[in-house]
Amino acid sequence: MDLSFLFFISSGLFLGWSLGANDAANIFGTAVGSRMLRFSTAALICSVFVVLGAVIDGAGAARALGSLGGINQIAGAFATALAAALSVFILVRMGLTASTTQAIVGAIVGWNLFTGAVTDTQTLMKILITWVACPLLAGVFAVLIFKSVEGGLHWLRPHLLSLDSFTRVALIVTGAFGAYTLGANNIANVMGVFMAVSPFEDLDFANFRFSSTQQLFLLGSLAIAVGVYTYSKRVMLTVGSKLMEVSPVSAWIIVVSHSLVLFLFASQGLEQQLIALGLPSIPLVPVSSTQAIIGAVVGIGLLKGGHAVNWRLVGRIGCGWLFTPVAAALICMLSLFVLQNLLHLSVAREQRYLISEASMERLEAQGFDTAPLQVLIDIEYSSARQLVTSAQRYLPLSNEHQQQLINSTYHGRFFLNAHKIGNLDRTWLSDEQWQALNALAGQSFAYRWQLQEALADHTKAWGLKPDIPANKYFNQDLQQKLSYLYRLFELEIPQKNRPGRY
Amino acid sequence: MNMKFPTLFSRASKIERKIDQFFDKVVMAGLLFRQAMKLYILHGVCAEFEDKMAQVEALESESDQLRREIETELYVHTLIPDLRADVMSLLEDVDVLINLFEAGLFKFHIERPKFPQETIPELDRLLETVCECVEQLIQAARSFFRNMEAVRDYNCKVQLLESEADKLSTALLRHIFDSELDLAHKIHLRYFVERIDKLANTAEDISDRLSIYAIKRRI
Repeated sequence: MDLSFLFFISSGLFLGWSLGANDAANIFGTAVGSRMLRFSTAALICSVFVVLGAVIDGAGAARALGSLGGINQIAGAFATALAAALSVFILVRMGLTASTTQAIVGAIVGWNLFTGAVTDTQTLMKILITWVACPLLAGVFAVLIFKSVEGGLHWLRPHLLSLDSFTRVALIVTGAFGAYTLGANNIANVMGVFMAVSPFEDLDFANFRFSSTQQLFLLGSLAIAVGVYTYSKRVMLTVGSKLMEVSPVSAWIIVVSHSLVLFLFASQGLEQQLIALGLPSIPLVPVSSTQAIIGAVVGIGLLKGGHAVNWRLVGRIGCGWLFTPVAAALICMLSLFVLQNLLHLSVAREQRYLISEASMERLEAQGFDTAPLQVLIDIEYSSARQLVTSAQRYLPLSNEHQQQLINSTYHGRFFLNAHKIGNLDRTWLSDEQWQALNALAGQSFAYRWQLQEALADHTKAWGLKPDIPANKYFNQDLQQKLSYLYRLFELEIPQKNRPGRY
Repeated sequence: MNMKFPTLFSRASKIERKIDQFFDKVVMAGLLFRQAMKLYILHGVCAEFEDKMAQVEALESESDQLRREIETELYVHTLIPDLRADVMSLLEDVDVLINLFEAGLFKFHIERPKFPQETIPELDRLLETVCECVEQLIQAARSFFRNMEAVRDYNCKVQLLESEADKLSTALLRHIFDSELDLAHKIHLRYFVERIDKLANTAEDISDRLSIYAIKRRI
């Protein structure tokens, strides 16, 4: 096994470990805190279902490469995962509950700052808004569910002991489900970026295939399980009893509200239905399970008058939330600096942005006033930020325009290798899409959008539809497929072939 | 792992049954006490009185056994972790009542106090009120497990009956001490009146604690 693989994957495993220590506590914290489940039982259920979720369902999420998708060099991924894991670890060490999502977002922003990539401010704003909306919504859900459960119990009048048994089973079932989703959704963050360097090979047993990705994910999920066993107890007690003494039924209500919020922000099915009904949809962005849990606990605490809530601890956790992304960004930048300048590793793939006549035409077609940018034609930029800074000297650009400029001028070499096309998952593409790809086999393109246009010329199935809510899901799905193709077919251009740069 | 779902539910219903049986025994002990006292008032210590007393004694040891089994099950299987201490105290408190019934009958059997005829109607009313008070307390305790809102209603009745019993016992004592009986006899009767009244006082104390348990039981 390659030593560098072991070195790089260690930070992914560390991130997995902190995810286990922190996020597992969110799922089972109230159950263990209210003494409905023993820690050992909770840890066992959690570990088993995290592993199952990661191995069975993790691959789907990994195709989109999760939040770390933008990071294109293994050393960069190493630093980002390390930064996120360290900042979560600091908080977990203090017995507070951290937000892994915030840590990852912070670390990515750190990577963007260091490598000169431009952060999509619109997406970042969406994520920041959910940082407020998510705990609030979880709190509201908790209150509503609490009221309905109270009404239901008043009507059904179960015996105290039957209620106890039902609650216990409900806590186990929802906890197991939560652990499964945790494994399925987060394994891509932990292990996704290491897929390219994985030394594992597909294993075939009788009728069953254990793919290299699944083996990698098994490793990652085992790291999560180790995190659960070794370090999650303290955080569980913080969530489940120190923040507020929760009754068993409230413990269940809290977990359910948290899961509902996560589901709302992650369900494509729900978004499609909302769009179909002509209703405004909910942004599909990564939300923090920690914030959802704390929001739900505080919601129930307030419903009961707010006296039982340990507000001091709530304050400390809130400060921790502000600290996490900042610390993650700083640690990320520091480790990138060390990797790049002391260990001489490449932390981001060489990028080229080139405004050519062709890209000008495309920008014009998108309603861009290109005249002021004519002076920039044929100048090459090595980072998106340099390109944007330079362009803004001549033309003020909105966030949307910045993204359009970056997308239209990213210059590379996209070669449609027939072998790679053959290896694509057939079920993931429609027949038309598949045929179009095969027809273009052997061709190469300089811009991503040229590849996309060539595909769209072959079949409408590769063409983006007008940007109206009803088409949102189709376009999103297509964009996801296209990004995967871009990553797959892009060839690294050797340094020496580069012309002079800005 | 320490649990299987079907076992979990059957265990719960088994303990539910035991708790119900425990309360049944207290209620039966109360009824037998009342019947035994009626017999005592009419015939003094007779064979039927002794029979009732033996039944109460048997019920007392059965209820003790049940209480221990319930407590062990609750602790061994960590059931109702947030409330099991309260449930245990409740069962132990209620068990005190059955002990009081048994001990009361024993005292009557051994010391055979002689109540003057004119105090009998008052003694009868006191006994009636005290037994009713204990019955209402048992209803409250049962409700704690199934219908929390009813706990408050039953507790109100317990408090009302207890103050009624206080008034009746005071009146009875006054009647006894105003009579021509000698002092030793008066003091002997006072001991028994206070012993009967103690049942209602104990029931009220339990109902006070039960109100707190009920608040804690809210989800």
